[in-house]
Amino acid sequence: MQISIAHLSKIFFRKKQRTVAYENLTFQIKQGEFFCILGPSGCGKTSLLRTIAGLETATSGELTIQPQGSSKPGTIGMVFQEHGLFPWMTIRNNIRFLLENNIHMVNRDLDAIVNEFIDLVRLTTFADYFPHQLSGGMRQRVSIARSFANEPGLLLMDEPFVFLDYQTRCALHGLLLDIWQRKKKTLVFVTHDIEEAVFLADRVLVMSAHPGTVKSIIDINLPRPREFLTLRKSSAYQNQVSELMELLREECEPFKSNQSA
Amino acid sequence: MLKNRYFWLFMSPLSVLLLWETSTRSGLLDARFFPAPSAIFYYLIFTSPGEGLWTDISASLYRIFWGYLAGCASGIALGVTMGLNHTVRVMIYPLVALLYPIPKIAILPLIMLVFGIGEMSKIVVVAIGSFFLVLINTLHGVDSVAKIYHDVAQVYRIKKHNFVLRVILPGALPAIFTGLKLAIGYSLVIVVAAEFSGADAGIGYLIWQSWETFSIKAMYAGIFVIGALGLAFSLTLNFFERYLTPWRDSDK
Repeated sequence: MQISIAHLSKIFFRKKQRTVAYENLTFQIKQGEFFCILGPSGCGKTSLLRTIAGLETATSGELTIQPQGSSKPGTIGMVFQEHGLFPWMTIRNNIRFLLENNIHMVNRDLDAIVNEFIDLVRLTTFADYFPHQLSGGMRQRVSIARSFANEPGLLLMDEPFVFLDYQTRCALHGLLLDIWQRKKKTLVFVTHDIEEAVFLADRVLVMSAHPGTVKSIIDINLPRPREFLTLRKSSAYQNQVSELMELLREECEPFKSNQSA
Repeated sequence: MLKNRYFWLFMSPLSVLLLWETSTRSGLLDARFFPAPSAIFYYLIFTSPGEGLWTDISASLYRIFWGYLAGCASGIALGVTMGLNHTVRVMIYPLVALLYPIPKIAILPLIMLVFGIGEMSKIVVVAIGSFFLVLINTLHGVDSVAKIYHDVAQVYRIKKHNFVLRVILPGALPAIFTGLKLAIGYSLVIVVAAEFSGADAGIGYLIWQSWETFSIKAMYAGIFVIGALGLAFSLTLNFFERYLTPWRDSDK
């Protein structure tokens, strides 16, 4: 799917206090691209993603999600910071339950789809376990499998690896890219981690905080398939990372700039 | 650990009974008011059945069963409805807050006025007692279903009936079980109190009759039966809880 966002703003009013989550955002997300939204905490990136998902509404501006080609309108897959798997369902049933409720999945062989995606995230032997019997990384793999299995036109991921340790995160980056390249979905990925954004994305939207605005949109011109251990040594990768660090420098040092002001 | 727990399930009451037994036999306790447990058990097993113990037990169980079932079912239904529908919640909650603290025994005369002094009034009072406990705990359980499950259900467009039956209900189930356990104990309390007056059978009737005729052992027999029923109910509910909520670590 293709997403067009124009002058989108979100303002919270709580106890007569006006808080701007994000303000006057204008950008587009292309069909089939891996689009990262990068910014410090408090820049409204999660709020923006939730607006795209339909979980929140913007205060003003326009958001259009257009289906393209064979993608079905209105189907969205989402992975949250915390896995959001239903604790009372096994891994298999967690995936299957969403498929049973998907109107595009009528008359499909759901068991075959469930098995395909469980295999894809390499959890075949854990299919009949409950979420609490799995590690955090495994649970997030189920979340990813669940989102792709629905054949969504659009995938949204809200810092899905933020609570995982470094090694697990690296492994899941590889796994995510692998599945994304097979399934070719438009993917919007929110993160505050610069290296994560550079490694995964085709384009990175850099946001500034308080209020959240578009600072810049950077093309990541790194070849695919990407492999982290080799890529991280390349100068192209390092240049991209430092470019983003420069952009986020003032966001990294807010106290210093306050003093001089 | 598990082995230990079942060991103590018998050992704790057994040691109290042993202490009681020796106190009575040594004359420390007055045997007229505190007959030895062995004598009570003997009476319970060999004399009470001939005096209609089974009729009393089945009469009480009948009232508890139907009252508890009706109260719990309607409590869960209204609790879920109130938890998911803000309008219903706002409208009903003041009534719940107002009626819940009234001791259900206090309204027994009123209920007998409406439903007569027969079975129905006893079933109704048990139902009302169970209803509020289950309702309040169910409501709490629905509230405790984490926001993320609402988000997941919304993003993936889970159908309404699936959302209620397969997301909200299992999510609230641990709290519902808390209500069910409180309610079964309370049902015993209510049924016995209701049988003290205006009944011609039941464990409460047995205890009251025995007290009036000063058959102390029969009175204790009735009390022991209540204890045994309470234990059996709570073990049964624990079993169902473990069976129905396998995702929870249950060996706590």
